Amino acid sequence: MWRCCLLSGLAAWLAAVSPASAFIAYVSNEKSNTVSVIDTNSWTVTKTIKVGQRPRGIEFTRDGKFVFVAVGDDDSIQVIDVAKQEVVDTLPSGPDPELFALDADGKILYVANENDNTVTIIDVEKRARLGEIQVGVEPEGMAISPDGSILINTSETTNMAHFIDTKTRQIVANVLVDARPRFAEFKRDNSEVWVSSEIGGTISVIDPIKREVTKKITFEIPGLRSEAIQPVGIGMTKDGKTAFVALGPANRVAVVDATSHKVIKYLLVGQRVWHMAFTPDEKYLMVTNGVSNDVSVIDVAAQKVIKTIQVGELPWGITIAQP
Amino acid sequence: MIRWLVAAIGFCIAATPVLAADPIEIGIGYLGRTGVKPKLSLVELPAENDGLAGARLAIEDNNTTGKFLNQHFTLEAVRLKDNEDVAKAAAALAERTGFIIADLPADDLLKAANTLRDRGTLLLNAGAIDDRLREQDCRANVIHVAPTRSMLADALAQYLVWKQWKRWLFVVGSHDQDKLYADALRRAATRFGAKIVQERTFEDTGGARRTDSGVTLIQRQIPVFTQQAPAYDVLVAADESEVFASYLPYRTWDPRPVAGSAGLIPTSWHAAQDQWGAIQIQNRFTKLNSRHMTALDMQAWTAARMIGEAASRTKSGDPKAVSEFLKGPDFSIAAFKGRRLTLRDWNLQLRQPILLVDGRMVVSVSPQEGFLHQVSELDTLGADRPETKCKLQ
Repeated sequence: MWRCCLLSGLAAWLAAVSPASAFIAYVSNEKSNTVSVIDTNSWTVTKTIKVGQRPRGIEFTRDGKFVFVAVGDDDSIQVIDVAKQEVVDTLPSGPDPELFALDADGKILYVANENDNTVTIIDVEKRARLGEIQVGVEPEGMAISPDGSILINTSETTNMAHFIDTKTRQIVANVLVDARPRFAEFKRDNSEVWVSSEIGGTISVIDPIKREVTKKITFEIPGLRSEAIQPVGIGMTKDGKTAFVALGPANRVAVVDATSHKVIKYLLVGQRVWHMAFTPDEKYLMVTNGVSNDVSVIDVAAQKVIKTIQVGELPWGITIAQP
Repeated sequence: MIRWLVAAIGFCIAATPVLAADPIEIGIGYLGRTGVKPKLSLVELPAENDGLAGARLAIEDNNTTGKFLNQHFTLEAVRLKDNEDVAKAAAALAERTGFIIADLPADDLLKAANTLRDRGTLLLNAGAIDDRLREQDCRANVIHVAPTRSMLADALAQYLVWKQWKRWLFVVGSHDQDKLYADALRRAATRFGAKIVQERTFEDTGGARRTDSGVTLIQRQIPVFTQQAPAYDVLVAADESEVFASYLPYRTWDPRPVAGSAGLIPTSWHAAQDQWGAIQIQNRFTKLNSRHMTALDMQAWTAARMIGEAASRTKSGDPKAVSEFLKGPDFSIAAFKGRRLTLRDWNLQLRQPILLVDGRMVVSVSPQEGFLHQVSELDTLGADRPETKCKLQ
């Protein structure tokens, strides 16, 4: 009996410490002007890469060979070679790029330029600007629908989610959401798109077909004034059943039942939690904590924070390579 | 011209049927007095269009949003000369606009509010910081975007107490508004546990603010004026009239920091504010006006944005619908202060964090950590609901 317990305990311990496979996460540090590279096997920073001024939006290319990072104060997007772990090229974005979205083929990049109310379209291979779309004041959040036909851009002072037809590059609908919308995320089956409103304190659930808000998710945390609850990053599991919402200075990530839209629980993470990325096997979710300069690792199935990793100053964005 | 026409035609074709209709026109008035307030520091002399420039930027922002909602905003500015009657001007402006952003002294604002009371025109006070306008003299047709003296004083006091600079040498100017600010600072000291170890009055004996040989004299006067003080941590000055406070830093008898009307100053906005996305609005403002954005600019921007926000939520430019939305529970506005701003329903004052600036940098933002409140931490700044003397009517 005793031996049996010991053995099963040992098995559980082994399962906990040895992830199925190792992945690489890239974290942009807004204040340090660096990108931290994290190995998800050892949960340690293996390299810190110098980049341009004020790195924020960050994403792997589809082939996993490069990482794009928006360096807002240098008015460009830098390209990091993953093999060399250094900046090798620059894309011509518009002024002050913050967040961007890659299309499904990884050939076209849509960039939100906060400073001049535009979305810039970039041909990744040719390194050329294909055009611009005029949107609302302070464009920020970017998301592409699963079928690639619609690009969502959120504008922070106009308080809208703009629906842009990716073929005609025209705005086809504008959906009013709560104040300072910062991030948009589609469900993989295109049944819903979620938009977080940082100052409004809500998530607007939008029907992408009807293009209207069907539900608003609100958050209540005992002991916290509602003004401190500021939703930013959203992570949705592939099956569309569970969502994670970073609540900024509330220092928590909300776990939301994405079917019923009810909040299941709040996970205490670091200070001012911004953005997040799943490991490809969806076992872990990594979130950036802006003020406490670290990354929290969440065990997705257990819905628990299992680890904290120190990175650079004011970590903001995070991306993990798909295998 | 031809290019413009082609673009316009192209727009009409591309636009949806709803957009093809004439947009809803929403006129906003801006009523202020001409003349520039005196300042001791040449770099702080306000521009002619101080305030108005902020409202203009908000009109642009509103119109960027408005083009998606078929709303169009315009601004009409009226600047009163010294002896011009404010009531008459307000009534004339209200013929054309349902909303008036006011940058007026307290008495003028009350006159305008009383004149427009039965018209349904909404006034947004962007300039006057007098507490009485939100207390015994409050009006149901005036929303206050500018913070009050007591909000500014509380914001400063919270920081000084957090910093453990609790012993204040208090220097007050001899003009009425200096005394009002002094009252607010005294109240703040009592509220948050600071102690005024001694109070001195700086008499305004007249004289020019700018002279060819000024500094030599000031350098002799200020140390003498501040000597023989009891032990203190910080000199707090109340000098809204800009007579002496800016002369205090680096010249006090004891080496002590200065706060209040000089040194560390509480304000609703500053050109150095860059947190919470503020760099965006600073850039937009500078691009449009080729100068820095002031507190008055920000207060006017916020006022015009509040109308824009309410118009987009209610899909209406009707002053009644907009007023009701602004005064209702669903209103909040984002104004680059890190949290949503809402209205105190008992006196229509906009809740807002207050910046503490040293002239070049934002040193801190109040409310400070640890000053708690059961409703909103922002209500630790200024008169709270239980203390209010306001009866809205």
